[in-house]
Amino acid sequence: MAVNAKTLNETEFFYGHKACAGCGGSLAVRIALKVLGENSIAVLPAGCMSAVGFNFPQLCFGNNAIISTFAGTASMLTGVAAGLRAQGITDFHAVGFAGDGGTADIGLQALSGAIDRNDDILYICYDNEAYMNTGIQKSSLTPFGAKTTTTPAGKNIRGNLRPKKNMFEIVAAHGISYAATASVGYLNDFMKKVEKASKIKGTKYIHIIAPCPTGWGVKTDETVDIAREVVDCGLWYLAEYENGQYTLNYRPNQFGDVAAYLQKQTRFKHLTEEDIQTIISSRDTKWEFINQNFH
Amino acid sequence: MKPYLRDFVPKNLEDIPDTTSYEAGYLVTKNAGWRSIRPVIDNTQCVGCLACYLHCPDGVIFKSNGKVEIDYDFCKGCGICKNVCRLGAIRMEAEK
Repeated sequence: MAVNAKTLNETEFFYGHKACAGCGGSLAVRIALKVLGENSIAVLPAGCMSAVGFNFPQLCFGNNAIISTFAGTASMLTGVAAGLRAQGITDFHAVGFAGDGGTADIGLQALSGAIDRNDDILYICYDNEAYMNTGIQKSSLTPFGAKTTTTPAGKNIRGNLRPKKNMFEIVAAHGISYAATASVGYLNDFMKKVEKASKIKGTKYIHIIAPCPTGWGVKTDETVDIAREVVDCGLWYLAEYENGQYTLNYRPNQFGDVAAYLQKQTRFKHLTEEDIQTIISSRDTKWEFINQNFH
Repeated sequence: MKPYLRDFVPKNLEDIPDTTSYEAGYLVTKNAGWRSIRPVIDNTQCVGCLACYLHCPDGVIFKSNGKVEIDYDFCKGCGICKNVCRLGAIRMEAEK
Protein backbone atom coordinates (compact mmCIF):
# COMPACT_ATOMS: atom_id res chain seq x y z
CA MET A 1 0.00 0.00 0.00
CA ALA A 2 1.19 3.44 -0.87
CA VAL A 3 2.36 5.70 1.91
CA ASN A 4 -0.29 8.10 3.28
CA ALA A 5 -0.75 10.54 6.18
CA LYS A 6 -1.34 7.68 8.63
CA THR A 7 1.64 5.55 7.62
CA LEU A 8 4.07 8.41 6.93
CA ASN A 9 7.27 8.58 9.00
CA GLU A 10 6.46 10.73 12.03
CA THR A 11 9.95 12.22 12.25
CA GLU A 12 10.28 15.76 10.93
CA PHE A 13 13.44 16.29 8.86
CA PHE A 14 12.84 19.91 7.88
CA TYR A 15 11.84 21.88 10.95
CA GLY A 16 12.16 25.38 12.35
CA HIS A 17 13.11 26.74 8.93
CA LYS A 18 12.72 30.41 8.03
CA ALA A 19 10.57 30.06 4.91
CA CYS A 20 7.70 32.52 4.50
CA ALA A 21 4.41 31.45 6.09
CA GLY A 22 2.51 29.17 3.72
CA CYS A 23 5.57 28.26 1.60
CA GLY A 24 4.81 25.52 -0.94
CA GLY A 25 8.48 24.65 -1.52
CA SER A 26 9.11 23.85 2.13
CA LEU A 27 6.03 21.62 2.15
CA ALA A 28 7.39 19.67 -0.83
CA VAL A 29 10.82 19.26 0.83
CA ARG A 30 9.30 18.25 4.17
CA ILE A 31 7.01 15.59 2.65
CA ALA A 32 9.69 14.17 0.33
CA LEU A 33 12.14 13.75 3.24
CA LYS A 34 9.47 12.11 5.39
CA VAL A 35 8.91 9.56 2.62
CA LEU A 36 12.64 8.96 2.01
CA GLY A 37 13.63 8.77 5.68
CA GLU A 38 16.77 9.56 7.64
CA ASN A 39 19.13 7.79 5.25
CA SER A 40 18.61 10.48 2.66
CA ILE A 41 21.38 12.93 1.89
CA ALA A 42 19.89 16.19 0.67
CA VAL A 43 21.73 18.47 -1.75
CA LEU A 44 20.44 22.03 -2.09
CA PRO A 45 21.80 24.68 -4.44
CA ALA A 46 21.43 28.41 -3.88
CA GLY A 47 17.72 29.06 -3.64
CA CYS A 48 14.91 29.46 -1.17
CA MET A 49 15.29 26.11 0.57
CA SER A 50 19.00 26.48 1.28
CA ALA A 51 18.51 30.11 2.33
CA VAL A 52 15.80 29.18 4.83
CA GLY A 53 17.30 25.89 5.98
CA PHE A 54 20.91 26.76 6.76
CA ASN A 55 21.26 29.92 8.85
CA PHE A 56 24.13 28.94 11.12
CA PRO A 57 23.64 28.08 13.94
CA GLN A 58 19.99 27.44 12.99
CA LEU A 59 20.31 24.20 10.98
CA CYS A 60 16.88 22.93 10.03
CA PHE A 61 17.61 19.63 8.30
CA GLY A 62 17.43 16.62 10.61
CA ASN A 63 19.22 14.43 8.06
CA ASN A 64 22.52 14.98 6.27
CA ALA A 65 22.23 18.00 4.01
CA ILE A 66 24.67 20.09 2.04
CA ILE A 67 24.61 23.24 -0.07
CA SER A 68 25.91 22.89 -3.63
CA THR A 69 26.88 25.48 -6.20
CA PHE A 70 23.92 26.93 -8.06
CA ALA A 71 24.69 25.01 -11.24
CA GLY A 72 25.91 21.83 -9.59
CA THR A 73 23.00 20.15 -7.76
CA ALA A 74 23.01 17.08 -9.99
CA SER A 75 26.81 16.78 -10.17
CA MET A 76 27.08 17.00 -6.38
CA LEU A 77 24.43 14.29 -6.10
CA THR A 78 26.58 12.15 -8.39
CA GLY A 79 29.52 12.74 -6.06
CA VAL A 80 27.50 11.98 -2.93
CA ALA A 81 26.28 8.69 -4.43
CA ALA A 82 29.77 7.73 -5.62
CA GLY A 83 31.34 8.60 -2.25
CA LEU A 84 28.87 6.51 -0.29
CA ARG A 85 29.19 3.62 -2.72
CA ALA A 86 32.98 3.72 -2.32
CA GLN A 87 32.52 3.37 1.45
CA GLY A 88 30.35 0.31 0.92
CA ILE A 89 27.16 2.09 2.00
CA THR A 90 24.17 0.97 -0.06
CA ASP A 91 21.16 1.99 2.02
CA PHE A 92 20.81 5.68 1.15
CA HIS A 93 18.94 8.11 -1.07
CA ALA A 94 20.88 10.94 -2.69
CA VAL A 95 18.17 13.54 -3.16
CA GLY A 96 18.42 17.06 -4.60
CA PHE A 97 15.97 19.90 -4.07
CA ALA A 98 16.43 22.68 -6.57
CA GLY A 99 14.08 25.48 -7.50
CA ASP A 100 12.85 26.24 -10.99
CA GLY A 101 15.78 28.55 -11.77
CA GLY A 102 18.30 26.08 -10.36
CA THR A 103 16.80 23.35 -12.52
CA ALA A 104 15.60 24.77 -15.82
CA ASP A 105 18.13 27.61 -16.22
CA ILE A 106 21.30 27.32 -14.19
CA GLY A 107 21.42 23.62 -13.29
CA LEU A 108 20.16 22.16 -16.57
CA GLN A 109 23.56 21.14 -17.93
CA ALA A 110 24.55 19.28 -14.75
CA LEU A 111 21.16 17.57 -14.61
CA SER A 112 21.42 16.53 -18.24
CA GLY A 113 24.88 15.08 -17.55
CA ALA A 114 23.67 13.10 -14.54
CA ILE A 115 20.77 11.64 -16.52
CA ASP A 116 23.18 10.76 -19.33
CA ARG A 117 25.38 8.82 -16.85
CA ASN A 118 22.22 7.34 -15.28
CA ASP A 119 23.59 8.00 -11.79
CA ASP A 120 21.47 6.62 -8.95
CA ILE A 121 20.02 9.92 -7.73
CA LEU A 122 16.64 11.54 -7.16
CA TYR A 123 16.28 15.13 -8.36
CA ILE A 124 13.25 17.05 -7.14
CA CYS A 125 12.47 20.42 -8.70
CA TYR A 126 10.16 22.54 -6.54
CA ASP A 127 8.73 24.91 -9.10
CA ASN A 128 7.48 28.23 -7.74
CA GLU A 129 7.70 29.75 -11.21
CA ALA A 130 10.34 32.49 -10.66
CA TYR A 131 13.53 33.27 -8.73
CA MET A 132 11.63 33.93 -5.52
CA ASN A 133 14.57 33.96 -3.11
CA THR A 134 16.23 36.94 -4.78
CA GLY A 135 13.01 38.93 -5.10
CA ILE A 136 10.92 37.44 -7.92
CA GLN A 137 12.84 37.50 -11.20
CA LYS A 138 11.66 35.59 -14.27
CA SER A 139 13.01 32.07 -14.79
CA SER A 140 12.39 29.89 -17.82
CA LEU A 141 9.63 28.17 -15.84
CA THR A 142 7.69 31.40 -15.31
CA PRO A 143 4.39 31.06 -17.18
CA PHE A 144 3.14 33.37 -19.93
CA GLY A 145 1.76 36.66 -18.64
CA ALA A 146 3.19 36.49 -15.12
CA LYS A 147 4.47 39.74 -13.68
CA THR A 148 7.93 39.57 -12.13
CA THR A 149 10.48 42.30 -11.40
CA THR A 150 12.26 41.52 -14.69
CA THR A 151 9.03 41.12 -16.70
CA PRO A 152 6.94 44.01 -15.38
CA ALA A 153 3.39 44.66 -16.52
CA GLY A 154 3.15 47.90 -18.47
CA LYS A 155 0.98 49.47 -21.13
CA ASN A 156 2.54 47.69 -24.11
CA ILE A 157 3.99 44.53 -22.65
CA ARG A 158 1.98 42.71 -20.02
CA GLY A 159 4.29 40.51 -18.00
CA ASN A 160 6.26 37.51 -19.26
CA LEU A 161 6.15 37.05 -23.03
CA ARG A 162 7.38 33.46 -23.17
CA PRO A 163 5.61 30.26 -22.22
CA LYS A 164 6.84 27.94 -19.46
CA LYS A 165 9.71 25.67 -20.52
CA ASN A 166 8.60 22.06 -20.83
CA MET A 167 11.02 20.64 -18.26
CA PHE A 168 9.23 17.32 -17.79
CA GLU A 169 9.43 16.36 -21.45
CA ILE A 170 12.98 17.71 -21.79
CA VAL A 171 14.05 15.36 -19.01
CA ALA A 172 12.00 12.49 -20.45
CA ALA A 173 13.62 13.02 -23.86
CA HIS A 174 16.89 11.83 -22.30
CA GLY A 175 15.30 8.40 -21.87
CA ILE A 176 15.48 8.81 -18.07
CA SER A 177 14.65 5.87 -15.76
CA TYR A 178 11.76 7.71 -14.14
CA ALA A 179 10.27 11.18 -14.34
CA ALA A 180 7.06 12.58 -12.90
CA THR A 181 5.13 15.79 -12.38
CA ALA A 182 3.30 16.59 -9.15
CA SER A 183 1.63 19.38 -7.19
CA VAL A 184 1.59 20.23 -3.48
CA GLY A 185 -2.19 20.32 -3.88
CA TYR A 186 -2.12 16.56 -4.48
CA LEU A 187 0.25 15.29 -1.81
CA ASN A 188 -0.89 11.66 -1.87
CA ASP A 189 0.07 11.51 -5.55
CA PHE A 190 3.42 13.19 -4.77
CA MET A 191 4.21 10.79 -1.90
CA LYS A 192 3.41 7.82 -4.13
CA LYS A 193 5.79 9.14 -6.78
CA VAL A 194 8.62 9.81 -4.31
CA GLU A 195 8.21 6.32 -2.86
CA LYS A 196 8.20 4.77 -6.32
CA ALA A 197 11.26 6.80 -7.37
CA SER A 198 13.14 5.73 -4.22
CA LYS A 199 12.88 2.09 -5.33
CA ILE A 200 14.08 2.62 -8.88
CA LYS A 201 17.80 2.42 -9.76
CA GLY A 202 19.12 5.17 -11.98
CA THR A 203 18.28 8.84 -12.34
CA LYS A 204 14.83 9.95 -11.19
CA TYR A 205 13.27 13.38 -11.68
CA ILE A 206 10.14 14.77 -10.02
CA HIS A 207 8.80 18.20 -10.92
CA ILE A 208 6.45 19.56 -8.27
CA ILE A 209 4.45 22.78 -8.51
CA ALA A 210 4.97 24.62 -5.23
CA PRO A 211 3.09 27.94 -5.04
CA CYS A 212 4.81 30.90 -3.40
CA PRO A 213 2.34 33.22 -1.62
CA THR A 214 4.91 36.05 -1.70
CA GLY A 215 5.65 35.84 -5.42
CA TRP A 216 2.27 34.75 -6.72
CA GLY A 217 0.34 37.24 -4.64
CA VAL A 218 -2.04 34.88 -2.89
CA LYS A 219 -2.89 34.64 0.81
CA THR A 220 -0.66 32.43 2.93
CA ASP A 221 -3.49 29.98 3.60
CA GLU A 222 -4.26 29.51 -0.12
CA THR A 223 -1.06 27.67 -1.14
CA VAL A 224 -2.59 24.20 -1.19
CA ASP A 225 -5.87 25.35 -2.76
CA ILE A 226 -4.17 27.21 -5.60
CA ALA A 227 -1.87 24.21 -6.23
CA ARG A 228 -5.01 22.07 -6.63
CA GLU A 229 -6.66 24.65 -8.83
CA VAL A 230 -3.77 24.87 -11.29
CA VAL A 231 -4.15 21.12 -11.92
CA ASP A 232 -7.95 21.24 -12.03
CA CYS A 233 -8.03 24.02 -14.62
CA GLY A 234 -5.56 22.13 -16.83
CA LEU A 235 -2.63 24.54 -16.68
CA TRP A 236 -0.59 21.81 -14.95
CA TYR A 237 -0.93 18.04 -15.12
CA LEU A 238 0.02 15.01 -13.06
CA ALA A 239 1.94 12.53 -15.17
CA GLU A 240 4.74 9.98 -15.18
CA TYR A 241 7.35 8.87 -17.69
CA GLU A 242 8.72 5.34 -17.43
CA ASN A 243 10.04 2.75 -19.89
CA GLY A 244 9.65 5.20 -22.76
CA GLN A 245 5.94 5.70 -22.01
CA TYR A 246 4.04 8.72 -20.75
CA THR A 247 1.19 8.07 -18.32
CA LEU A 248 -1.39 10.62 -17.25
CA ASN A 249 -2.29 10.09 -13.57
CA TYR A 250 -5.22 12.44 -13.24
CA ARG A 251 -7.70 13.79 -15.75
CA PRO A 252 -10.08 16.51 -14.53
CA ASN A 253 -13.66 15.67 -15.60
CA GLN A 254 -14.16 19.24 -16.61
CA PHE A 255 -11.52 21.95 -16.58
CA GLY A 256 -11.87 24.56 -13.84
CA ASP A 257 -12.16 28.26 -14.63
CA VAL A 258 -8.80 29.53 -15.91
CA ALA A 259 -9.79 33.19 -15.57
CA ALA A 260 -10.79 32.67 -11.93
CA TYR A 261 -7.47 30.91 -11.22
CA LEU A 262 -5.47 33.74 -12.82
CA GLN A 263 -7.38 36.62 -11.27
CA LYS A 264 -6.81 35.30 -7.76
CA GLN A 265 -3.11 36.05 -8.11
CA THR A 266 -1.67 39.56 -8.19
CA ARG A 267 1.01 38.44 -10.67
CA PHE A 268 -1.77 37.93 -13.27
CA LYS A 269 -4.06 40.83 -12.28
CA HIS A 270 -3.09 42.95 -15.30
CA LEU A 271 -4.01 40.33 -17.93
CA THR A 272 -6.60 41.31 -20.54
CA GLU A 273 -9.38 39.08 -21.86
CA GLU A 274 -7.23 38.45 -24.94
CA ASP A 275 -4.26 37.31 -22.81
CA ILE A 276 -6.51 34.89 -20.93
CA GLN A 277 -7.76 33.48 -24.27
CA THR A 278 -4.11 32.99 -25.32
CA ILE A 279 -3.48 31.02 -22.11
CA ILE A 280 -6.62 28.92 -22.61
CA SER A 281 -5.77 28.09 -26.22
CA SER A 282 -2.19 27.09 -25.30
CA ARG A 283 -3.65 24.87 -22.60
CA ASP A 284 -5.93 23.22 -25.17
CA THR A 285 -2.99 22.64 -27.52
CA LYS A 286 -1.06 21.04 -24.65
CA TRP A 287 -3.97 18.76 -23.79
CA GLU A 288 -4.33 17.71 -27.43
CA PHE A 289 -0.72 16.57 -27.23
CA ILE A 290 -1.37 14.83 -23.90
CA ASN A 291 -4.43 13.04 -25.27
CA GLN A 292 -2.47 11.80 -28.25
CA ASN A 293 0.75 10.76 -26.54
CA PHE A 294 0.00 9.99 -22.88
CA HIS A 295 -1.69 6.77 -21.77
CA MET B 1 11.97 12.98 16.93
CA LYS B 2 12.71 16.18 15.07
CA PRO B 3 15.22 19.05 15.13
CA TYR B 4 14.87 20.71 18.54
CA LEU B 5 15.86 23.88 20.39
CA ARG B 6 19.31 23.80 22.02
CA ASP B 7 20.53 25.69 25.03
CA PHE B 8 23.98 26.35 23.68
CA VAL B 9 24.18 29.06 21.02
CA PRO B 10 27.59 29.39 19.35
CA LYS B 11 28.56 33.06 19.55
CA ASN B 12 32.33 33.33 19.78
CA LEU B 13 34.89 32.58 17.12
CA GLU B 14 36.11 29.47 18.97
CA ASP B 15 32.54 28.07 19.02
CA ILE B 16 32.40 28.07 15.25
CA PRO B 17 33.61 24.84 13.64
CA ASP B 18 36.82 24.78 11.57
CA THR B 19 35.12 22.86 8.80
CA THR B 20 31.86 23.69 7.06
CA SER B 21 29.98 20.90 8.81
CA TYR B 22 27.92 21.01 11.98
CA GLU B 23 25.36 18.90 13.81
CA ALA B 24 22.15 18.29 11.82
CA GLY B 25 18.90 19.68 13.18
CA TYR B 26 20.45 22.26 15.51
CA LEU B 27 17.85 24.92 16.30
CA VAL B 28 18.53 28.03 18.39
CA THR B 29 15.57 30.33 17.62
CA LYS B 30 11.79 29.97 17.54
CA ASN B 31 9.46 31.21 14.80
CA ALA B 32 6.51 32.00 17.06
CA GLY B 33 7.04 35.75 16.79
CA TRP B 34 6.20 35.68 13.07
CA ARG B 35 2.57 34.96 13.84
CA SER B 36 -0.30 37.44 14.15
CA ILE B 37 -3.03 34.77 14.15
CA ARG B 38 -2.86 31.29 15.65
CA PRO B 39 -4.70 28.08 14.75
CA VAL B 40 -6.76 26.53 17.53
CA ILE B 41 -8.02 22.94 17.20
CA ASP B 42 -11.45 21.98 18.49
CA ASN B 43 -10.89 18.42 19.63
CA THR B 44 -14.60 17.66 19.86
CA GLN B 45 -14.89 18.09 16.07
CA CYS B 46 -11.51 16.59 15.06
CA VAL B 47 -11.74 13.05 13.72
CA GLY B 48 -7.98 12.57 13.33
CA CYS B 49 -7.95 12.53 9.49
CA LEU B 50 -4.45 14.13 9.62
CA ALA B 51 -5.04 16.44 6.63
CA CYS B 52 -3.62 19.36 8.66
CA TYR B 53 -0.61 17.32 9.76
CA LEU B 54 0.11 16.37 6.15
CA HIS B 55 -0.26 19.85 4.65
CA CYS B 56 1.59 21.96 7.25
CA PRO B 57 4.66 23.49 5.51
CA ASP B 58 6.43 23.77 8.85
CA GLY B 59 5.49 20.36 10.18
CA VAL B 60 4.33 21.82 13.50
CA ILE B 61 1.18 19.70 13.75
CA PHE B 62 1.84 16.33 15.33
CA LYS B 63 -0.20 13.25 16.20
CA SER B 64 -1.39 12.90 19.77
CA ASN B 65 -3.81 10.22 21.05
CA GLY B 66 -5.59 9.78 17.74
CA LYS B 67 -5.97 13.55 17.33
CA VAL B 68 -3.46 16.33 16.65
CA GLU B 69 -1.66 19.07 18.56
CA ILE B 70 0.30 22.13 17.48
CA ASP B 71 3.86 23.16 18.38
CA TYR B 72 3.26 26.88 18.83
CA ASP B 73 6.99 27.57 19.13
CA PHE B 74 7.38 27.06 15.38
CA CYS B 75 3.90 27.73 13.93
CA LYS B 76 3.92 30.79 11.63
CA GLY B 77 0.13 31.10 11.50
CA CYS B 78 -0.22 30.65 7.72
CA GLY B 79 -3.69 29.12 8.07
CA ILE B 80 -3.29 26.23 5.60
CA CYS B 81 -4.42 23.81 8.33
CA LYS B 82 -7.69 25.71 8.71
CA ASN B 83 -8.29 25.58 4.94
CA VAL B 84 -7.61 21.86 4.53
CA CYS B 85 -9.75 20.85 7.53
CA ARG B 86 -12.98 19.56 6.02
CA LEU B 87 -14.74 19.47 9.38
CA GLY B 88 -14.01 23.07 10.27
CA ALA B 89 -12.34 21.93 13.48
CA ILE B 90 -9.56 24.54 13.23
CA ARG B 91 -10.18 28.26 13.69
CA MET B 92 -7.72 31.14 13.56
CA GLU B 93 -7.58 33.45 16.59
CA ALA B 94 -5.80 36.78 16.87
CA GLU B 95 -2.60 36.71 18.93
CA LYS B 96 -2.88 38.95 21.95
